[in-house]
Amino acid sequence: MNVLEFSGLLLLSSTSAGLLGAMTGLGGGTVLVPLLTLAFGVDIRYAIGAALISVIATSSGAAAAYVKEGFTNIRVGMFLELATTTGAIAGAAAAAHAPVHALSIMFGVVLFLSSVFSAKPQATKILPDRPDRLATFLKMDSTYPTAEGKQPYHVHNVAGGASLMFVAGILSGLLGIGSGALKVIAMDKLMRMPFKVSTTTSNLMIGVTAAASSGVYLSRGYIDPGLVMPVTLGVLGGSVVGARMLTAAQPKVLKVLFNLLILLMACQMIYNGIRGTAG
Amino acid sequence: MTSKDNRGADSDRIRQQLGNLLRGGILLAATVTSIGGLLYVVRYGQELANYAVFHGEPNDLRTIAGIISEVAKFGSRGIIQGGILLVIATPVTRVLFSAVVFALQKDWIYLAVTSTVLAVLLYSVFGPIA
Repeated sequence: MNVLEFSGLLLLSSTSAGLLGAMTGLGGGTVLVPLLTLAFGVDIRYAIGAALISVIATSSGAAAAYVKEGFTNIRVGMFLELATTTGAIAGAAAAAHAPVHALSIMFGVVLFLSSVFSAKPQATKILPDRPDRLATFLKMDSTYPTAEGKQPYHVHNVAGGASLMFVAGILSGLLGIGSGALKVIAMDKLMRMPFKVSTTTSNLMIGVTAAASSGVYLSRGYIDPGLVMPVTLGVLGGSVVGARMLTAAQPKVLKVLFNLLILLMACQMIYNGIRGTAG
Repeated sequence: MTSKDNRGADSDRIRQQLGNLLRGGILLAATVTSIGGLLYVVRYGQELANYAVFHGEPNDLRTIAGIISEVAKFGSRGIIQGGILLVIATPVTRVLFSAVVFALQKDWIYLAVTSTVLAVLLYSVFGPIA
């Protein structure tokens, strides 16, 4: 394949990845690594570098719309970025010494477990919606737009959410992905924020998290312009369209789509890892 | 700042500015990347694309100084890399913007939170690990 054909095909596939990534709040990067390595035969280090940059672009592009619409909880995002950025630096520093295939398998398993956990029927016991002391101190409780006007909500379990965010940051730095799935789980499940607030706040955080590890990847030579160009432009274009579709879609449909994607990615990551060991 | 439900960093005006900042940064980055990309495809379109073996990028495409000198030489790969630097700079600028907003609103807790995140980001780009 010559550069022209390669760039064109990659632009097309990346646009689809960006569309799905933005609609689910995952960022297209997580599906990009398996796409680049399996379908395009790209070395995983180049794939990670390209995915990382596209993840920053996607997240920032989509976040621009969400922030304006009032879904994003900027304070929660800002506070949790303390955990994700430190985690990302630790992860990126460790990535140089870690066998990538083992990490692939580990991450696939983590994703798989999160998906199963998240697909369980909604908890039947209603947890008390008391204000959380730390969340109150940090002025995190907010409102979000619904069909019936602005709906107030409480933020819970800040410490638990921040811990999971640190893990999400490490995985992001290790594998060059946004870890959007874990971020949404931390906010939706642990901190019990509304789903749309969780996905949009995750979107805002992904860019900063990925930026924290991108310096390390750039200086290691993982970021190839010929590869990053079609991938980033494609994912970005797809994400702009996807962001418009999120506000029209129902949370229920989104959750199902979201879970299917996590499962698919989990299998891809495990498959990738095993292939890496065998090859 | 008289609005009753004004929550500082969450006020509508700040949200609009924050959204514009993110959109503007990424638009600029995408424009630069596209220009570099067009040049790249025109210049190297018929060459073989091979990413199966990892070589790592040359030094001039790994450092900020190297990339700037490549852009000055009008190298297509250097211009794309410059666009990539703008992509990375966008969320960093967003955090800087939030820090300024929190400082103006005398929200010291969040100023500390935002400044720490900013320090971590700058450490990543300029620190010893890189």
